[in-house]
Amino acid sequence: MIRFTDVFMQYPGGQEALKRINLFIEQGAMAFVTGRSGAGKTSLLRLIALIERQSRGQIIVNGQNLERVTGRRVPLYRRNIGFMFQDHRLLNDRNVFDNVALPLVVAGYRYQEIRRRVHAALDKVGLLSREKQLPVALSGGEQQRVGIARAVVHRPALLLADEPTGNLDPALSWECMQLFKQFNQVGVTVLIASHDLGMIQKLKKRIITLRDGRLLTNIGQTLSEE
Amino acid sequence: MSTKPKSRRSRHSLSRMFNVWLSQHGQAFFSSLGDFFRSPVSSLLLTAVIGISLALPTAFYLILDNAQRVMDTWQGSVRIALYLKPSVSEEQARTLAGTLEEDAAVESVRFISREEALQEYRQMSGFDDVLEALEENPLPPVLVITPGFDSLASGGEAMLDRLNNLEQVDMAQYDSRWIKRLLAILEILQRGVLILSALLAVAVALIIGNSIRLTINNRRTEIEVNKLFGATNAFVQRPFLYSGLIHGVGGGLLAWILVAAALMLLDTPIERLAGLYHSDFRLHGLHWREFGLLLLAGAVLGISGSWLAVQRQLRELDLF
Repeated sequence: MIRFTDVFMQYPGGQEALKRINLFIEQGAMAFVTGRSGAGKTSLLRLIALIERQSRGQIIVNGQNLERVTGRRVPLYRRNIGFMFQDHRLLNDRNVFDNVALPLVVAGYRYQEIRRRVHAALDKVGLLSREKQLPVALSGGEQQRVGIARAVVHRPALLLADEPTGNLDPALSWECMQLFKQFNQVGVTVLIASHDLGMIQKLKKRIITLRDGRLLTNIGQTLSEE
Repeated sequence: MSTKPKSRRSRHSLSRMFNVWLSQHGQAFFSSLGDFFRSPVSSLLLTAVIGISLALPTAFYLILDNAQRVMDTWQGSVRIALYLKPSVSEEQARTLAGTLEEDAAVESVRFISREEALQEYRQMSGFDDVLEALEENPLPPVLVITPGFDSLASGGEAMLDRLNNLEQVDMAQYDSRWIKRLLAILEILQRGVLILSALLAVAVALIIGNSIRLTINNRRTEIEVNKLFGATNAFVQRPFLYSGLIHGVGGGLLAWILVAAALMLLDTPIERLAGLYHSDFRLHGLHWREFGLLLLAGAVLGISGSWLAVQRQLRELDLF
């Protein structure tokens, strides 16, 4: 699903965020990217999301060489990915329904289809009854679950989450991870950046550790590439 | 398999694409309209600025237009006085009047004989005694020519030259050169209004652009999230362009209302003034054409202003 070959990444200032990353994550896998702040977790996700571009090396996602995904192809490429953020980034002037519907509206779905899918996604995260409320009326954990619903409502092949549990207490974090696991079980490839090592280890999934922009360990790496 | 089902499917997907396009435009339009009413104060302030900026050149245009109309009615009364040489007899003068009347450039000719002229002069000037003292009538016979309107507009000077060169003519003269001068001044003013309009148009575009720029900054998160979930640039820009359009058209509408209100206020005093001059002149107001032009100007300025801001700002935000 995701393959990094000798990937380097440099920010405009000249600071190197990633150094010779070689990585393979197979279709339908669930993996964690961990490491200290500034180790390059976010940079890794930003490369996959095409928010940033690598300075060297090759990245292939879902069979597409990202170097060739430019211009008008970028939006189409992104419609196959779901995003989650630590600060949830819900739009505060829209209610829960409209927030979750955003990826579908962007892709131009019909209203009936949008309603059906948004309701299904909200049902999944247990917030169907809150659809008319504004995000500020929800608790932190609920807001994050709205974020999850938004990230999966368009049934992406890949789910990227950057510190999704950073602001949640352990119980809520665990709940959140269980949701990710459920999505993974129905075939979504899930890649989560997190520094909550204790919880990650309990989940018994592959852990990719970064330190100073280098790949450190690769516990549980699938050797059977392709 | 025949190709029929495939072509039907592609037609189907084309119509689906059109429906998506239409519904996305509808969505963008109504969300922009909703934003307009969600923050009514700033929206109305912006609309007011645009409206006043558009109303000013419109008002100047109307003033000039009306001045032109007044001048046109005066131009109908522009005449050429043809002072004939004293040696020309009354009979010769009448023959000349006859030939001139045939001329296409001439509408009518009136002959004033020396005696008539003297009488008229006596009445008008009050120099009765002085004239009595003169031994003979000092006044030449005169032909008063009313030129055709077209010939005056196109070649008034050429016509004057032609008349001056006639054998029997001592001197040909406009009796109202000042109208010509006034027309020239009007023309300068017209240019001035044109320049002013252009400047105000640029100002309107800049004002709209600036407000759109601020809106874009305020809605940065929304733009980011939209782009992250695969919104095209067109999708991101659309609500801002519609917002510019709505404010522009609103400003045009307001300009029309302002000018129409000013006209209503001016109508009665102008009617009274015209009555004093025994004229049935009425202010020539805004018609459907001007109304349409105002809305169009607002729309064009709104869209171009917001388009510029959107291009610049989205690039500056550098949203991947």
